Amino acid sequence: MLRDEDRIFTNLYGYQDFGLDGARKRGDWDNTASFLANGRDWIIEQVKESGLRGRGGAGFSTGMKWSFMPKNVTDKPVYLVINADEGEPGTCKDRDILRHDPHKLIEGCLIAGFAIGASACYIYIRGEFYNEGSNVQRAIDEAYAAGLIGKNACGTGYDYDVYIHRGAGAYICGEETALIESIEGKKGQPRNKPPFPAQAGLYSCPTTVNNVESIAVVPTILRRGASWFAGLGRPKNSGTKLFCISGHVNKPCNVEEEMGIPLKELIEKHAGGVRGGWDNLLGIIPGGSSVPVLPKSICDTVLMDFDSLREVQSGLGTAAVIVMDKSTDIVKAIARLSSFYAHESCGQCTPCREGTGWMSRVMQRMVTGNARMEEIDMLLQVTKQVEGHTICALGDAAAWPIQGLFRHFRPEVERRIQAYRNSAPLAAE
Amino acid sequence: MSAPASDHGHAEPTSFTFSQENLELAKRIIAKYPQGKQASACMPLLDVAQRQNGGWLPRVAMDAVADLLGMPRIRVYEVATFYTMYNKNPVGRHHIQVCTTTPCWLRGSDDIVHTCKKKLGIEVGETTADGQFTLGEVECSGACVNAPVVQIGDDYYEDVAPEHMERILDALARGETPKPGSQTGRQSSEPVGGPTTLKAFTTAQADATTAQADD
Repeated sequence: MLRDEDRIFTNLYGYQDFGLDGARKRGDWDNTASFLANGRDWIIEQVKESGLRGRGGAGFSTGMKWSFMPKNVTDKPVYLVINADEGEPGTCKDRDILRHDPHKLIEGCLIAGFAIGASACYIYIRGEFYNEGSNVQRAIDEAYAAGLIGKNACGTGYDYDVYIHRGAGAYICGEETALIESIEGKKGQPRNKPPFPAQAGLYSCPTTVNNVESIAVVPTILRRGASWFAGLGRPKNSGTKLFCISGHVNKPCNVEEEMGIPLKELIEKHAGGVRGGWDNLLGIIPGGSSVPVLPKSICDTVLMDFDSLREVQSGLGTAAVIVMDKSTDIVKAIARLSSFYAHESCGQCTPCREGTGWMSRVMQRMVTGNARMEEIDMLLQVTKQVEGHTICALGDAAAWPIQGLFRHFRPEVERRIQAYRNSAPLAAE
Repeated sequence: MSAPASDHGHAEPTSFTFSQENLELAKRIIAKYPQGKQASACMPLLDVAQRQNGGWLPRVAMDAVADLLGMPRIRVYEVATFYTMYNKNPVGRHHIQVCTTTPCWLRGSDDIVHTCKKKLGIEVGETTADGQFTLGEVECSGACVNAPVVQIGDDYYEDVAPEHMERILDALARGETPKPGSQTGRQSSEPVGGPTTLKAFTTAQADATTAQADD
């Protein structure tokens, strides 16, 4: 188990003051100017060496992402955008950073913004997080008043503004280009890439979009050294990670743990175990609703990091662990996710707009078994036709949970179809 | 063009004017964005307008936002209709939004919806006759380790069991504001009964040694 000394988010649960005084006592904003004095390249190199991979779901190297930003831009401003549009079902980690440790985020925004040469930062907070956003705004106001951001931030001569932009209820705005569109005052519909935001993002200016957690860990990485962070977890899957454990556990919770912790250990140590004991486990969605469900046999041994979960055809995603015990109607659980994606499709690409609704309707029928056996393969074929054929990954995210269901629980659906036919042979025709 | 009555049958107001206070607020919001990019203020201004108008956005309010920002009105309608938090029809004084996505569903959100329906005597999407309560189902609220979650106004009510839901609705009906957050006494997202980590940080003192001495 990760030692408390190695935990970054020491006020995760909000027992202490989230304001500047409390944050300073926890070590935030301690000589931040010295990091900036080391220069942009040094910061990017440190973050690369730490092995930090984006905490928003895709797991791309954060330092690498920063290095894609143009080095010499003169005619256009450069922006850092923070994705705090947390809405992936199962995920509620950024919420705790926003409301309980906002200064870690603001300090990270300054360091990251400096590293990419930004003049301003917009933090895009989902609209429902009204109180959380208010805490962040208070932290921003405190940081301005203390000279930590704004003109001559931390006395370094660097001018840097930080603003909040609140969303208004659209899961799709968690997609980085939809988020940019939304800040520009438009519908949140993703853009085609290229151009990538690093070339043309917010207001067509070079932009980096990073997840809250990715940015909030940066100051601590610089303070304790890249090798400290890289030394936690496994190679290429380093550092600590906030996990959200929800569903059928005795004590649902958020917790910061070492990357690569066994899933079973994570649940038993921190979440009080599966309701009714480990043997009562049916399956787990290990990384937020978009990643495929895993049956108990895999959960017994799998490690919680990007590469381990990829090897078992799932993913770490946002590290939102949704636990389902044997009382769960697994088909209904996944069908509910299908209706989520149908609701959240932005409607721009035909395969997603039509496909998510169609898949959701078929999944509703699979719940009761009111379907023909051959419709299972038809459904899977449609998931393949949606996957990879849309501008953004929402189509993929809608396809994967269904694929995961049939990969591991197909006999259950077949049993329902058979039972439905047996009980109502005419209705099934 | 006169404002049409909506398909829900309520009468649309014929005019909307930002209050002086909100016009000042609007100026501060617009100033957050670069010159010439004032369209970025569209979303926050729609929120300001909605709050001024008792929780919903008639078309005249959208027009007021468009005019203030120099945007074509259709662009503002597009935004207002795309995002779910803009209410295009009147809502009750208390907007009860029950999260029913899988993590909340696994923890009993169906029972919470049922409790609300029974207690309020309305279906999802409806408003009580006295205009006090509107019941809605929403997609993932993002507080899944405190499921089931119910958002009421700007606040989250968490770890909600049916009996809590009844008490919350009763309190609201009496004009009180029930305490938001966990209804089972959790501080926030820690495991019930207390954290398994960071035990030295569970008191208000930031200094770990002091905290331990207090234990």
